[in-house]
Amino acid sequence: MTKEIRLMKGNEALAEASIRAGLQAYFGYPITPQSEVLEYFAEQAPKRGFTVLQAESEVASINMVFGAAGAGARVMTSSSSPGISLMQEGLSYIAAGELPCLIVNVNRGGPGLGTIQPGQGDYFQSTKGGGHGDYHLIVLAPSSVQEMADFVFEGFKLAEKYRNPVMILTDGALGQMMEKVELPPEGSLPYVRPEWATTGKAATRERNIVTTLFIEPEVMEQVNIKLQKKYTEICEKEVRYETINCEDAEIVLCAYGLSARISQKAMDLAREGGIKAGIFRPITLYPYPYEILNKLAETADHFLDVEMNAGQMIEDVRLGVNGKKPVHFTGRMGGMIPDPEVIYQEIVKIVGKK
Amino acid sequence: MQKSEEIIIAGFGGQGVLSLGQMLAYSAMIENKEVSWMPSYGPEMRGGTANCIVIISDTRISSPIITKFDSAILLNQPSMDKFEKAVKPNGLIIYEESTVVSKPRRDDVKYIKIAALEEATKLNKKQVANMVLLGAFLELKPLVGIETILKALKTVLPERHHHTIPVNQNALTRGKEIVQELQ
Repeated sequence: MTKEIRLMKGNEALAEASIRAGLQAYFGYPITPQSEVLEYFAEQAPKRGFTVLQAESEVASINMVFGAAGAGARVMTSSSSPGISLMQEGLSYIAAGELPCLIVNVNRGGPGLGTIQPGQGDYFQSTKGGGHGDYHLIVLAPSSVQEMADFVFEGFKLAEKYRNPVMILTDGALGQMMEKVELPPEGSLPYVRPEWATTGKAATRERNIVTTLFIEPEVMEQVNIKLQKKYTEICEKEVRYETINCEDAEIVLCAYGLSARISQKAMDLAREGGIKAGIFRPITLYPYPYEILNKLAETADHFLDVEMNAGQMIEDVRLGVNGKKPVHFTGRMGGMIPDPEVIYQEIVKIVGKK
Repeated sequence: MQKSEEIIIAGFGGQGVLSLGQMLAYSAMIENKEVSWMPSYGPEMRGGTANCIVIISDTRISSPIITKFDSAILLNQPSMDKFEKAVKPNGLIIYEESTVVSKPRRDDVKYIKIAALEEATKLNKKQVANMVLLGAFLELKPLVGIETILKALKTVLPERHHHTIPVNQNALTRGKEIVQELQ
């Protein structure tokens, strides 16, 4: 088969990949900087046979996702920060009901209605809960347009394997920028309607029930135990990350998504300036790659966490490094983007030479 | 030494700034280069100015967002005010003559002014001013071939606009010629 390479916006690549991944239904509400996702689906749906619906709000969107997922459909929604906040109740319900689906957050600057510029201020919300109760999303963080496409496939696979909602946490810049992308072939992710799907009772089996109400605390606890067991398995099996030039690194830059790309430029500047810098880039933000960080802390002298927020992932970096080496921070907030030169100056300051 | 070119293209919305960048990125992709195209999409767009950063490289591109550029293609005065200082020493600034009124403020970069709007008007299609500038730019920095741009136009433009390809080609050629005459 010949490779199909296109120049696409991150949002469009994600949408096209979703269709190729066998998306059956999309429910969403427009919000910058991710409106291209809904637009792309709306244009393609009549030609390619899936359901796309612009709901009346994000609250409605996530509950439509809840319903479709309960019926066993391959389903997704997308939004940006304020819209994702509105979905949190639904996400907690979907996690409790153990339903697979894909949620895309094209993170913008906040808090509040905020700005439409790219941000990473939703890290805590995405990785530590967001809604109520003891649950986790599996969180994937692409850092290129290629990964915006690839992680859709990865996301649906993980969601269906673990019956758990998966979030792709990206940002406005990755959504809006164009890069080369090799699109995965259509139909390469087989779909089988799950046995538990609530599609009407057949004479041959018991009723399938999807519920999130467990009024007896003894039962509710058992549900929690089951969920935690699942999260433990996910933490054991599904951790993903990338390291660049870490073998000899005296300082390791820790960053995900767009920050990781910007940090690579800073790493290049540092290497040119004679400082051995490396990159640690978590790809799964939940489960978090703590172990490799702990290992890196044996060889590197410093860690520099780079984020587009006030410092959120740094708490996980510290947990990984576990006090073995100092963990520093640099970042910008509210939709402003870190400058590679400034990060480089920070590296020089920390390592103490030029 | 690895080769890469970091370009800022800026002007008013409607001048074809974003599409100029897209044509460049698309063509470089056809020529098997690594490319990234990062548009401004924030409040400045609503205020009437637009810009995009295009990076063309032989190797994997790290940050798609940068603050220093090898070249700038500038189509209005606010863009000159904003990006003139962001060009690296020995860099290149190509600008539209009638819409940028300020005198060059640096002596360590090369300035090329092109009467792109006037040339486009002569071609009876004001919208191709951006292509005049692209032609001029490619004469100075031959990052991609003109034939590749034409091939890209065919792919990027919807069929109903394919009749504009000849005038785009003329605009590109005119841009190249102007630079040749200057040198």
